[in-house]
Amino acid sequence: MAMLRYLLKRLGVGLFTIWFIATATFTVMHLVPGNPLANERGTNATIRANLERQYGLDKPVFEQYLIYMSNMLHGDFGIAFSEENRSVNDIIREHFPVSATLGVLSLCFATVGGVLWGALAALYRNRLPDALIMFLVILGISVPSFVFAAFSQLFILKLNQWSGRSILPVAGWEGVSSMLMPALVLGLSTMAYMTRLMRSSMLDVANTDYLRTARAKGLSPTRIFFRHQLRNAILPVITVLGPAIAIITTGGFVVESVFAIPGLGRYFVQAVAQLDYTVIMGTTVFFGAFLVLMVIAVDILYGFIDPRIRLGAV
Amino acid sequence: MSLVPSELSSKLSIAVSAADFAPAPHQAQRERIVRPSLSYWQDVWQRLCKNRRALSSLYIVIALLVFTLVGPWLWTQAPALQDLDAISQGPSWSSSSALVVEDPGTWPGVQGALRPREEADGQTLGATASLAVAGLPSTQYVRLYWEAVNGAQHYLIYRNDHAPESNQDLGLPLGATLTPDTLSFEDRLQLRPQTYWYSVIASDGFEEAALSTTAAITLQRAITASQARERGLDDTLGAAVALPAHPFGTDYLGRDLLARVMEGARVSLFIGIVAPLLFVSLGIIYGGIAGYFGGNLDILMMRVVDFVIALPFLLFMILFRIGFGIGPGESGIIPMLLALVLLSWPDTARLIRGQILQIRGEAYVQAARVLGAHPLYLIFRHLVPNTLGPILVTLTFAIPMAIFTEAFLSFIGMGVSPPTSSWGSLSNEGIRTMLSSPHELLFPAFFISLTVLAFNLLGDGLRDALDSRLRSRE
Repeated sequence: MAMLRYLLKRLGVGLFTIWFIATATFTVMHLVPGNPLANERGTNATIRANLERQYGLDKPVFEQYLIYMSNMLHGDFGIAFSEENRSVNDIIREHFPVSATLGVLSLCFATVGGVLWGALAALYRNRLPDALIMFLVILGISVPSFVFAAFSQLFILKLNQWSGRSILPVAGWEGVSSMLMPALVLGLSTMAYMTRLMRSSMLDVANTDYLRTARAKGLSPTRIFFRHQLRNAILPVITVLGPAIAIITTGGFVVESVFAIPGLGRYFVQAVAQLDYTVIMGTTVFFGAFLVLMVIAVDILYGFIDPRIRLGAV
Repeated sequence: MSLVPSELSSKLSIAVSAADFAPAPHQAQRERIVRPSLSYWQDVWQRLCKNRRALSSLYIVIALLVFTLVGPWLWTQAPALQDLDAISQGPSWSSSSALVVEDPGTWPGVQGALRPREEADGQTLGATASLAVAGLPSTQYVRLYWEAVNGAQHYLIYRNDHAPESNQDLGLPLGATLTPDTLSFEDRLQLRPQTYWYSVIASDGFEEAALSTTAAITLQRAITASQARERGLDDTLGAAVALPAHPFGTDYLGRDLLARVMEGARVSLFIGIVAPLLFVSLGIIYGGIAGYFGGNLDILMMRVVDFVIALPFLLFMILFRIGFGIGPGESGIIPMLLALVLLSWPDTARLIRGQILQIRGEAYVQAARVLGAHPLYLIFRHLVPNTLGPILVTLTFAIPMAIFTEAFLSFIGMGVSPPTSSWGSLSNEGIRTMLSSPHELLFPAFFISLTVLAFNLLGDGLRDALDSRLRSRE
């Protein structure tokens, strides 16, 4: 019951946040003088007036806002300006799964890699493997993802040239093999952060009483490491999943454009270049809502995994 | 006075002088522990200096600032100066010298007498008897002429980096003459100072001759007199002028990459340092007020913070860009700064509020309040200075974040656009020529990484130096 109340409260605040994102998007987009049809070439006054009427641009701003909000409540993001007869919903439906696949894959890479490397670094604390891993972590945090993307492409190219056949595709989005490299590159910085977090969390757990007890009981080191230390140390890593999802989805812009992946991020960048207002607004609100829901989902997941959090929150 | 001790000494038979009764030196002075007292910040500074990683990061940061601010005075090449003779050159420290040659103008070429095909009928086409260069072969132009071949309708000219072994080895022709009586060809296509093997083959309009004539021609690096005049160099013909060296190479328009990286550093570091300064200040004011007053005002103000944090960051950076009316391909540095400030302050606000909530119950704050201090005076004179440590750490970590953001946005073409350069936009230009000349991406990427790395390590060191929990553990 308490859990349900907590859930409802979180969802309520989440909905309010999504409303705020939608309103902020609308406000920013209407700050500009002029309107999206102003740069259309070859339209005379009558055609433009008709178009404005069709898009509802001749109405006062507040009325436009109401229409926009009510359409959004119905799940309708409008029709794209730059393409004929294509609704923003269609665009999202077509391109978002690509971004989501890439995101989920790179999140898996980041989490698995981060936990693994972090645990390894803690295990070999202050020894060579630790120093090596931490050096790579610093590199992963400091080098921007587009540099990794560019050089990984170069690497794939050289690999293909050297082997004389196509081991991995250099760009594009066909099949699992083309997803591997972009997902790895996209997850790299998150992996670095998670490794760092996992390492310090492992070291924190190493000093706890229950671990000393386990050691005193004479449990095997392997069992202590996997069952007692690792499992408890993973908890903080889960808390950063929410922000990590945000970083990975928005970081996807760059990776998608370098690897020519037809995801929503790349489409958004193109829409901005074409000043396609409905697509820009729709994508922003969609991304924002997605992120808000993801953060809530991670919080709830965390509540299930760690009962202390759940009790504390209610 | 001196009488009493002398009487005493005679009685006790101990030699006592008046000096024995002088006041002893102050003992307290001797027992004092001789270590100068350190203020908090002096202590932090000492700890920072002990951390070698943090200290070397600090030196790197200083070096980067010097590179950015002083560099353009030392390296005076104009970052926008194009040199189409030196496109995408690799990094090299040596400056090359070039010969000043005449402006090419239009070369009339060499005309030969038409040999009618009838005359040569039944014969196979031969090779031309000679292939020679008119004037000095230079990187500006190579002017070839040759002797006419019987029955030739036109001639094909080939250029190779190596001596061709046979006609099959020639590759694609560089050009062809249009008429049978044109016996010359001017090559001005991307010439480099090296030896080229030029081959000429006659053709009867249907097929090429089996034999070709090849001449090895070594080109001299040259610039034309008018180019020399434009750049303020000696423009007398035949003079050797020194062309500037390009330690970082040149980009796809032959611009000096070192100068461009320096110019780009100004934009990147300007955004990277000024934006965090602004949004951290805004966060301090906002968080300070919310934390001090507490209650409903605090709840309301923190709700706003929650909302702003929920906005998808990069998307809104781009939205603000549109909102400020900056079209694609225009660079808005100040709008980017503003957007960064508007979207990034809540994190600092949250942090400062938490800190202030912790210390606002302290005795010195209550004392100041009892003395009738104005709330704003209390916040900015007592509370905020006591949270300066975390503020400094936040600021140090905010700088790489801002530099990254600028680089990302410029990289996808939503930030700084040509002709203004920043490290992000230089990377964007560099990635296009990555396969042929990777240095164009490597240098700006290296500087982004180095800056971010230095500020991150410095932030780590500062946090360790400031952390009072670590202090008590020692």
